[in-house]
Parts: sequence; C-alpha cells; structure tokens
Amino acid sequence: MHIMEGFLPHPWWEIWFAIAIPIVVYGIYRLSKVTKKIPEAKPLLALMGAFIFVLSALKLPSVTGSSSHPTGAGLAAVVVGPGITSVLSMIVLVFQALLLAHGGLTTLGANTFSMGIVGPFVAYAIWIASKKAHLPASVGIFLAAALGDLFTYVTTSVQLALVFPTAAGFFDAFLKFGTVFAITQIPLSIGEGILAVILFDFLAKYKGQLLSTMKVIKLPIATAAQEERKQ
Amino acid sequence: MNSKHYLILIIIVIAIFALPLILFPSAEYGGADSAAEDIISDQGYKPWFSPLWEPPSGEIETLLFALQAAIGAMIIGYFVGYEKGKRAKKEIKEA
Repeated sequence: MHIMEGFLPHPWWEIWFAIAIPIVVYGIYRLSKVTKKIPEAKPLLALMGAFIFVLSALKLPSVTGSSSHPTGAGLAAVVVGPGITSVLSMIVLVFQALLLAHGGLTTLGANTFSMGIVGPFVAYAIWIASKKAHLPASVGIFLAAALGDLFTYVTTSVQLALVFPTAAGFFDAFLKFGTVFAITQIPLSIGEGILAVILFDFLAKYKGQLLSTMKVIKLPIATAAQEERKQ
Repeated sequence: MNSKHYLILIIIVIAIFALPLILFPSAEYGGADSAAEDIISDQGYKPWFSPLWEPPSGEIETLLFALQAAIGAMIIGYFVGYEKGKRAKKEIKEA
C-alpha cells in the first residue's frame, strides 16, 4: 500500500522527488546499457516487470485484520539490478496512480523511493551478503525478497511519521504507522519471498547461462559446460 | 527443486494468506492505506490534491486490478512455457 494522493504536503513531496529522480535516471542509463550489451536479457526485464505487476495487484489479507499488497521488487533487484528495478517500479506506480487512484502523482517520488529504491537496494545488499556467506541461493533469494518487501513499508512508515509526528513525537508516530504498514506486511513479505524462490529456481534452471553472463550467479564449471551444450 | 517442491511451497503460500481469514473471520480487512489515512485525518490534515481520475465503482476498480494481475501473469506464463518448450525440443533432438 502506497502513500495516498495529496497526503504529502509541501515541501515533502518535492524532497522525495528530488531524491528519487537521480536514481531513476541512473536506472534508465543502466537499462540502456544492459539491453545494448546483453540483448538476450530483454525477456528477463519483461519477466521482472510482469512479476512486479502481478504482485502489486494482489491485495492480500494479513493477521492484523487489514490488507496490503507485496511489491515483487526484491527479485527484480537481484536479477536485473536495483537501478533498473527503480524504473520498473515507477512504471507500475504511475499505472496505479493514473488508473486505480492507488498511490498518487504527488506522492510518486516518495513511493518510488520506498518501493523502487529502498526495497530493491536492501534486497540487492542481502543477496550479495548471502552469496559472500555461501548461503544456498534459495535462502538468499527468500531473505532478499522478503526483507526488501518489508523495508519498503518500514520506509513508508518513516516517510509518514516525518510529516505527521504525534504529540509524543516522531517515534510514537513511526510506531503507529509501522503497525499499520510494516506489521501488516510481515506475512505478505514471507509469501513474496517464497514466490520469488520458485521463479528464481526456474530461472536458474532454464536461464542459468544468461544469469551467469549478467553476473547474478556463478555457474559451477560442470553445469556451465552442460548449459553450453544445451545452447 | 522439482515440481513437488514447487507444489509444497505454493501450498504454504496459500496457507499464509488463508490463515488470517480463518483466525479472524470478523476482521474488516480494509486497506492498510485507509488505516493510515484515518490516523492522518485524526490530526486534522486535509489532502491538498486528489486523484485525477478514480474508478467510478468498486466493480470497475476490481476490473482494473484483475487486468493488471492478468497482464503480468500472462507474460510470466508465456516466458515459462516458451523456455520449457525450447528445452523439451532440444532434448528430443539430442535423444
């Protein structure tokens, strides 16, 4: 669930645009670079965009008695990188703001920051760390996708608490918004993590060579040779 | 992982989202965003901008959300089917 249209007053909405725009521009640069260098990655970009599209459309019930939707951005960050994911996320957010009155145009900067930047960069960092720690890929993907999702909504809570602190201050407001957004999100992010593991497992099996070219995974030499024969 | 593992994982996902409905059948399950809206409105804040266009009814909104999910699922399904078909064809050739 994103920040609603008109709910960020001046100067906050401008601030979040100012932070988000440079990173989205970097994402567009990465997008043109990757599609030029590795043209066969294009279907993968479409696939990641589609994954974000589906998950963002699913409003799911949570144990808090309210509902919210996952983002799908964590898996995309691992596969195509967090920069490109910020572009994909913004496209989905524009679609939802214009056609569904979900999120908003004035809050697009803030929502792109939480869903397209913080979530993906957290996911990417966790993926890199899990590779360094030699964790199994499925564990790394699960943690990356689930925590990327969760941190998106922790960010949303911070963004709202900064603008609307209660009488008891920022932290009290953060707890309030955090209960609404982040706690609701916990089971959803676990679900998103599992779905990401399934799709990634498929990709590793069928597109291992391409993922290796994109430096997402390192193929063991035997598997690489096997893949080579299949190509 | 094989298709049996996939099936188990999908059942877990379904269970995660069915569980709240079973545990708390009388909860409202309103959007988290409208809950946040209530907290903010309690402070006396009035949004300064409203959506340019809103779906005229809940039905139309559901239509658009379903369309969004359908388009995404279609692309994923096409990709998965295409890759599986390509691999199967290659295996037949090699055999």
